[in-house]
Amino acid sequence: MSLSPDDVLKVARLSRLKLTPEELERFGGQLGQILDYVHQLDEIETSAVEPMAHAGALLNVFRADEPAESLDRREALKNAPKADGKYFLVPQILEGA
Amino acid sequence: MSAFPISARQLLQQMQSGHLSSVEVVQQTLARVDQTESHIQAFLGIDREGALKAAVDVDRRRASGESLGRLAGIPIAIKDNLCVRGWQTTCASRMLADFSPPYDAHVIERLRAEDAILIGRTNLDEFAMGSSCENSAFQKTHNPWQLDAVPGGSSGGSAAAVGAGMVPLALGSDTGGSIRQPASFCGIVGMKPTYGRISRYGLIAFASSLDQIGPFARNVPDAALLLEVLSGHDRRDSTSVNVPVPDWTKRLDQPWKSLKIGIVPEHFGAGVDEEVAQTVMRAVDLFRMLGATVNEVSLPHAKYGVAAYYIIAPSEASSNLARYDGIHYGHRAAEFSNLVDLYETSRAEGFGDEVKRRIMIGTYALSSGYYDAYYLKALKVRRLIANDFQQAFENVDVILTPTSPTPAYPLGAQVSDPLKMYMDDMYTVPANLAGIPGISVPCGFSSSGLPIGLQLLGPAFEEDRLLKTAYMYEQATDWHTRSPALSTF
Repeated sequence: MSLSPDDVLKVARLSRLKLTPEELERFGGQLGQILDYVHQLDEIETSAVEPMAHAGALLNVFRADEPAESLDRREALKNAPKADGKYFLVPQILEGA
Repeated sequence: MSAFPISARQLLQQMQSGHLSSVEVVQQTLARVDQTESHIQAFLGIDREGALKAAVDVDRRRASGESLGRLAGIPIAIKDNLCVRGWQTTCASRMLADFSPPYDAHVIERLRAEDAILIGRTNLDEFAMGSSCENSAFQKTHNPWQLDAVPGGSSGGSAAAVGAGMVPLALGSDTGGSIRQPASFCGIVGMKPTYGRISRYGLIAFASSLDQIGPFARNVPDAALLLEVLSGHDRRDSTSVNVPVPDWTKRLDQPWKSLKIGIVPEHFGAGVDEEVAQTVMRAVDLFRMLGATVNEVSLPHAKYGVAAYYIIAPSEASSNLARYDGIHYGHRAAEFSNLVDLYETSRAEGFGDEVKRRIMIGTYALSSGYYDAYYLKALKVRRLIANDFQQAFENVDVILTPTSPTPAYPLGAQVSDPLKMYMDDMYTVPANLAGIPGISVPCGFSSSGLPIGLQLLGPAFEEDRLLKTAYMYEQATDWHTRSPALSTF
């Protein structure tokens, strides 16, 4: 199967990826191939199988809630695409604000 | 090149006995890098100044009689998806091209505490997604045994750096075979420990339930030494398991009584290169001669491993990589019309094709209406694969397989066919799905001179068995002493 450009567009939107028309076409074919391949799992009867999300023991890990040093503000901001020394700068999202 | 030692243990001995200083070792390493790196292109960054400074410090402390760490003065290369404070960490992605981590990964802290010398950061498939290193946004790495062949991936830069004799040790990460497969392609030892054995704190996440950090080395004792240094509990990774770390290096020599090896007949049939099957079978024969019993075992669901993996890993990746939004760090598009457009454009510009494919596959598999058919189904198959191993290990101590169905292939051979490349992982992904340890060791060469590796798998937290079995093989063979014909460079 091949995903239609509309299907790919929908997945790309959910993935927050902007694709060119050429990419929609190309990825549609490739994603379809991959999905075809993974459909072989349907051969296996799994109705009584417990899903396994994790190889480790799924126990919650707790620690005492004690104050500790956190990342320095300058360090936290140093990789920001845009910052003013105190805050991350983001585009305006509210109309007329 | 000269008879400069290539094993970490030899280097340690020579530094301890005063035959070599740490500065000399680093200078030799950098000279070696200068000689070979233009051909191999294993490194995305080399920290000459930092390495020499650290070496001077080790020499000074040794001279003043201070006790030094277990890796004092040993050069090591770091896969560029591990955070190193003071360096860049790029994941070989335009998204993180300028990212400079504010802290060290747990394993980097461990290396620094043992006085290892961090030489540089190595190339990988972008965000560790790939099996040839060709998905790097920055450069192609070449196989030291044949420059027009891939080094494997995703930890191809680390494997090539060790394989070319630039460094004795390197760190990699393995989500579906990303340590073991490049180790086999480059003729060296590579190990993925049990899930939870090594803290993932500071490893940039790809698929969190599968990712594990592990060592590359030229031989088994060096790999055991590095594994010892890296292992142990860390509360900053909630999946890090609090179990004792055995003295693997000291236990290697202990005799292995009545070793029982399992092989899976299908691993030597259709889908595997004939030379690979024959070479690995010769290793099985050698184990028999060394006194091991070889039994056939059945892993009936292992053949579904790749299909389950390529749902689970992309699903986790689509969630993990949602953090790259162009706001706090990473690439932000220069032009955008609104906030959503900022996200979509920044991510479109920052990620390469394979990363986009996996994010979309994962998003699709997790989306409403498809979740049960894809993601949940894959998790159930994962359980069956893990159960198969559990049953098999009731009858055998270790399972021996080829590491990869083929030796290294030419650069460019598989870039246009992602699904074909996924098949490279058919023998390695089941261990990640089940969370069990695996090691690849060199076991011969193809007729065209490319290395072939065998993989040993064991039950969770039984790295001991793998290292002992691998060492037993290594002592009876000399594959690990072979080096690529670097004099021609």
